[in-house]
Amino acid sequence: MSHEPLIVLDSVNKWFGDLHVLRDVSLTVDRGEVVVVIGPSGSGKSTLCRAVNRLETINSGSIRFDGKDLPAEGRALAKLRSEVGMVFQSFNLFAHMSILDNVMLGPVKVRGESKAVARERALALLDRVGIANQADKLPVQLSGGQQQRAAIARALAMQPKAMLFDEPTSALDPEMVGEVLEVMTSLAKEGMTMIVVTHEMGFARAAADRVAFMADGQLVEQAPPAEFFANPKSERARDFLSKVLQH
Amino acid sequence: MDVFLDPANRQAYLEGFLTILKLTGASALLALLLGVLLAACRVSPVPVLRALGAGWVHLFRNTPLTLIILFCFFGLYSAVGVEFSEDIHVNNYWLAVTGLSAYTAAFVCEAIRSGINTVPVGQAEAARALGLSFSQNLRLIILPQALRSVVAPLGSILIALTKNATIAGVIGVAEASSAMKALIESNGDQTIAIFAVFALTFVALLVPVGYAFSALANRLVVRR
Repeated sequence: MSHEPLIVLDSVNKWFGDLHVLRDVSLTVDRGEVVVVIGPSGSGKSTLCRAVNRLETINSGSIRFDGKDLPAEGRALAKLRSEVGMVFQSFNLFAHMSILDNVMLGPVKVRGESKAVARERALALLDRVGIANQADKLPVQLSGGQQQRAAIARALAMQPKAMLFDEPTSALDPEMVGEVLEVMTSLAKEGMTMIVVTHEMGFARAAADRVAFMADGQLVEQAPPAEFFANPKSERARDFLSKVLQH
Repeated sequence: MDVFLDPANRQAYLEGFLTILKLTGASALLALLLGVLLAACRVSPVPVLRALGAGWVHLFRNTPLTLIILFCFFGLYSAVGVEFSEDIHVNNYWLAVTGLSAYTAAFVCEAIRSGINTVPVGQAEAARALGLSFSQNLRLIILPQALRSVVAPLGSILIALTKNATIAGVIGVAEASSAMKALIESNGDQTIAIFAVFALTFVALLVPVGYAFSALANRLVVRR
């Protein structure tokens, strides 16, 4: 893998009121790299993920994407967001549109692609995530796992340079977690740059190039998964792993 | 009931209600358009637009409609010189439509704004994450869902508007309540019957509207 940084966070700080949710977080994600962010609830993982496309603003530090500082607002910010795919915990498919329309919306309205071209790619993506036969249904008619796969297809339809996953399996019934992780694993193998916030340790082991461990708003340590899981350096990470891995 | 046996009286009755329908139709359309615009203003990131939306709602929702209609005639027309037509009847009709629309738009705006609050914040976030602009987000994602969630209250506003259209009578528009007053004045012995006919006509017109909007609300509701 080339070491060409795509996402660079430098000394990022963020407060929610008095709560210091991101403390001097610095993290670099190279092109094609898959970084899985783990840590206890409330450690700032989701905030970190959402800051990368500025769904959360930051109070200090800097975030660069593809060599440029994140634009503050307006057209430039919209353009940046169109290049970064985002998958949410609660899917957030547009409830009043069919699955196909959900996937076509971005390419048609943001990129100005023709409907025919967008439709063809949308159908191919839905096929790829295994729900081509659900294209004309409304989100509510699909299972959680199917909805999340549709949401991944919607993000991929923009042909993003990177994908952000904010706890993509946390709202799913256990039997549907696998089908979503499978899609994510195949994306990782294809070389998509990914930041994945998750509690799925199996996915972190199998698909991550690097695991970043966060606690109390700090990025405590980062290491390749084999090294991290076998030999965590910090007390905080050892404690966390002993709690999540003993079952 | 022989007052309604006279064809001239029947004519006055029918024309009164036809005028109510015309006032309601034009005002409903304008109020819906204006109400959507005002709601968009009220949730916009631009402070001036937010203030404009809020100002409109506070002013028109809290002023008696009679005052607004009178202002349209004495203020807009007589003092400022706004004239829609040289035909006084047509002019008064449009002055009344102006007042009814301005007033009703305030209620439409607030209904839609409450509808916007029913759209989960994740919908707007997902749209932003795709790169949609604020106005695309509003037009394509938020308003369609918001409108579908407020069909029933919009029905109530339409019913209120239909009844409020009688206030156009104060500036000489020959609507139903003016027709009723004229009939009572020349047929004092049948006051109760005349009242009953006019009241029941309103009820007969508006009960189906209520049912239709309930049915529409059920059909259009966004299931999550």
